[in-house]
Amino acid sequence: MTTAIKTDTALFDLALRMGDNALILAQRVGAWCGHAPALEEDIALANVALDLIGQAKMWLSLAGEIEGKGRSADDLAFLRDARQYRNALLVEQPNGDFAHTLMRQFLFDAWHHPMLVALKSSADKRVADIAGKAEKEARYHLERSEDLIIRLGDGTEESRQRMQTALGALYPFAGELSAADAVDADLAARKIAPDLGDIGKGCAAYLKGVFADATLNAPESAAVRKGGKQGLHSEHLGYILADMQFLQRAYPGATW
Amino acid sequence: MKNEWPLWEVFIRGQHGLAHRHVGSLHAPDAEMAVKNARDVYTRRNEGVSIWVVKAIDITASAPGDKEPLFDPSNAKIYRHPTFYDIPEEVGHM
Repeated sequence: MTTAIKTDTALFDLALRMGDNALILAQRVGAWCGHAPALEEDIALANVALDLIGQAKMWLSLAGEIEGKGRSADDLAFLRDARQYRNALLVEQPNGDFAHTLMRQFLFDAWHHPMLVALKSSADKRVADIAGKAEKEARYHLERSEDLIIRLGDGTEESRQRMQTALGALYPFAGELSAADAVDADLAARKIAPDLGDIGKGCAAYLKGVFADATLNAPESAAVRKGGKQGLHSEHLGYILADMQFLQRAYPGATW
Repeated sequence: MKNEWPLWEVFIRGQHGLAHRHVGSLHAPDAEMAVKNARDVYTRRNEGVSIWVVKAIDITASAPGDKEPLFDPSNAKIYRHPTFYDIPEEVGHM
């Protein structure tokens, strides 16, 4: 007698959301390779991108396993269209100037690290294991981003102005990461993932402190821009995927 | 360029028990960033357990032109090597 095992769709979504955030941000950050303002920053950014690609691979492998239809991490990365992507809108925002890239990274890291710390105690051991590996990398990313945000915010007139502009542009996208929907509520109830509201509160308090040190002002009442977690993306994601997926689309199954 | 970051020399300890070794140099605005940059530039392949950085300008080096007076005199003084002593067996490996 065989019983059809039902896919845990909420868990599948969690793995996609974590994996897609990492993958899309890595694709964005990776574009700086060879173009960063200093060799040291160039290598540091490439390191961050590679860390995130490694994490994306773990999350998307888990997603494929949960789904149970035989899709690999590569299948999920290269053969899904924008509407099937579950990353938050923040990570698909353009690189802009270096200030935008650093601010996007910082807003993401400030959420990502506490999220991974919480996921280390997930009731699902596979989730906890991936979080355990990724958390150490995210801790370094956050340390580095925080440092740069404070240095450049509380820096020269020009660097402060650029950081402030980047914060104004990107802050509305930060809230989506901690905005819980039915999937998040279900996962929190089953202790697979933390209450996103708690993560959000901790994150907001932390951001406030860092922005004060950086002499930057977060917008007081910015509307939260969201939709990415449910697959409703900004116009940017299509271009990212066109670039990232070109090879597999043009030459299906190509390997080297 | 006047605004360029100062140069730092980087020393990495590969394993516990070994000494820090000079691995190269990099630019950074201050010591804290120099350590971070050193981590990113020089420990990508699991090379280290500890990092030292020192401003290149703070290192005083011997002049290459002084090589002869500094080093040649020790060339022919083989009696400074402890190879003329008989070491008792029971001492073992020194």
